[in-house]
Amino acid sequence: MIEVRGLKKHYRVHRRAPGLAAAVKSLFRRQYDLVKAVDGIDFHIKPGERVGFLGPNGAGKTTTLKVLAGLLYPSEGEVRVDGHLPQKREVGFLKKIMLVMGQKQQLLWDLPPSETFELNRAIYEVPRADFTRRLAELTELLQLGDVVSKPTRQLSLGERMKCELAAALVHGPKVLFLDEPTIGLDVSMQVAMREFIRRYNEQTGATLILTSHYMDDVAALCPRVIVIDKGRLSYDGALAELVHRVRPEKRVVFRLSAPVTLEQLAPLGKVVRLDAGEVVLQVSSDSVNTTVSRALSTLPIVDLTVENPPLEEVMSELFGKTRAEREAAA
Amino acid sequence: MSSVGRVARALPTMMRVGISEAIAYRAEMLVWVLATTMPFIMLVMWTAVAQGAPVVGHSGREYGGGAFTAYFLSVFIVRQLVSSWAGWEMNWEVKQGTLAMRLLRPIHPIISYAVANLAALPMRLVVTAPVLVIMVAVGATHQLPTDWRVWGLWALSMLGGWAITFLANIAMGSLSLLMESSTKVMDVWLACFFVFSGYLFPMDLFPPGLRAVANWLPFRFQIGLPVELMTGTHDVSAALVLVAQQWAWVAAFLVLALSVWNAGVKRFQAFGG
Repeated sequence: MIEVRGLKKHYRVHRRAPGLAAAVKSLFRRQYDLVKAVDGIDFHIKPGERVGFLGPNGAGKTTTLKVLAGLLYPSEGEVRVDGHLPQKREVGFLKKIMLVMGQKQQLLWDLPPSETFELNRAIYEVPRADFTRRLAELTELLQLGDVVSKPTRQLSLGERMKCELAAALVHGPKVLFLDEPTIGLDVSMQVAMREFIRRYNEQTGATLILTSHYMDDVAALCPRVIVIDKGRLSYDGALAELVHRVRPEKRVVFRLSAPVTLEQLAPLGKVVRLDAGEVVLQVSSDSVNTTVSRALSTLPIVDLTVENPPLEEVMSELFGKTRAEREAAA
Repeated sequence: MSSVGRVARALPTMMRVGISEAIAYRAEMLVWVLATTMPFIMLVMWTAVAQGAPVVGHSGREYGGGAFTAYFLSVFIVRQLVSSWAGWEMNWEVKQGTLAMRLLRPIHPIISYAVANLAALPMRLVVTAPVLVIMVAVGATHQLPTDWRVWGLWALSMLGGWAITFLANIAMGSLSLLMESSTKVMDVWLACFFVFSGYLFPMDLFPPGLRAVANWLPFRFQIGLPVELMTGTHDVSAALVLVAQQWAWVAAFLVLALSVWNAGVKRFQAFGG
């Protein structure tokens, strides 16, 4: 479905020091920096897959999505989406895809979202019966209700984002690029959006690529992740494997009936948190059983759970590590 | 499936949504109406000038109060119907990054800009209708041509005037893809338009040298020509030559607009937005 080989996207960016003198100087003599937004990445995505693009700010995630959607021309390499060269932006290709950007909107600001849906129906040439059926499904799945008949400018961010998704899906795209689709939404709305996206993928078999800074989005939606940092691909595989590779340790959470001291906990593992009624220890995966049995015999434990470390921490460690490695290599 | 057929099928819905959008901007529309009242101000000014004695144009034509009334009311009507703001819209969308959403749709963005502009016509007709009534009431219609062929050419010149304005907007708006913002270029264009289009005074009142320059510029063909045809300034053969010249400008602006657009989108695709 999606084939990316040796993709590079380099920009020349004008660089100027602050101040009036530098501004005047730049009128006559300009200095440029070469920005390697994407610097040679390869991957293949099968039809119906849900893949998360992870990376820190400026890693090249959105640039890659824009290349895949045909908005940017690759500097080097080859990209194919369902057999199309995206940069040609052929009508057949544009009808198969959609890029949803959490910070950009396609809804007509002064009109109800229903008008944008209708406009998309005409532009994408969706047969009336298909449109009616799909819109009914979207309305139910996204719980749009009468939101679609209020002017967009009067909708809340969450309502607007749901309508953006509906507008993006009216033509039933086979490939969906989602760039920060839950940005700015409250927690319950984020959960609703994730659930909707997952169901859309399961019901239609659409291929889905997601970028998000909310690790919960990725954890809930993407069995496979591609990690990009400074334009390079640093991991491509299962999310669980990535977590294990970066942080082989587990977190053991003990709920206690009486307070304990740091001295009591130190021999068991690294203390991550110590509260009156709860303590969190970090231990290697191999020693979870030993730690748990020792803790049960020495601590006043009421309940316990074993968890993976939070994804945010894993990612921050991963990106910190790759940065440090690069700096050391330089 | 031809792309023309595809656009034709989408057009009615695009127009309907465009009209709804034009109607939705109520407050903006009031401001826009106020902003286009310059012909009325010029009418008052020139009528006062003509009170002492008629102003004589270089063609020998006398402009009294009645002639100025017919001229400037016609200017108001023509300006309403040949306007385009696509260039400003493009600048805004490039700055906001929302041009990307337009590029993602399977319809050429220039077509969607054109439809959005044309969809505002019904609202503009509503504004021009009272002015037509005033023209009849003050007897300013006696200068209207009686030859239906001139009316045919007038209709063609209105379409040509709109096409030049729209395509110039697309060309200038596309410059924003190449130079981040082209609003200053548009300001310069607008300043020249005000002077050389016949918007502020009839071209006939220009000094001969300036008139010769204006004849070689496109601005006259945006407003001046349709107004001149509407006020019976030209006979059929002269009108035919002028309309042919106007459409030569339309062709030139079409080539220019498409060239700058293609270059702009290529750069957008190369550098991002």
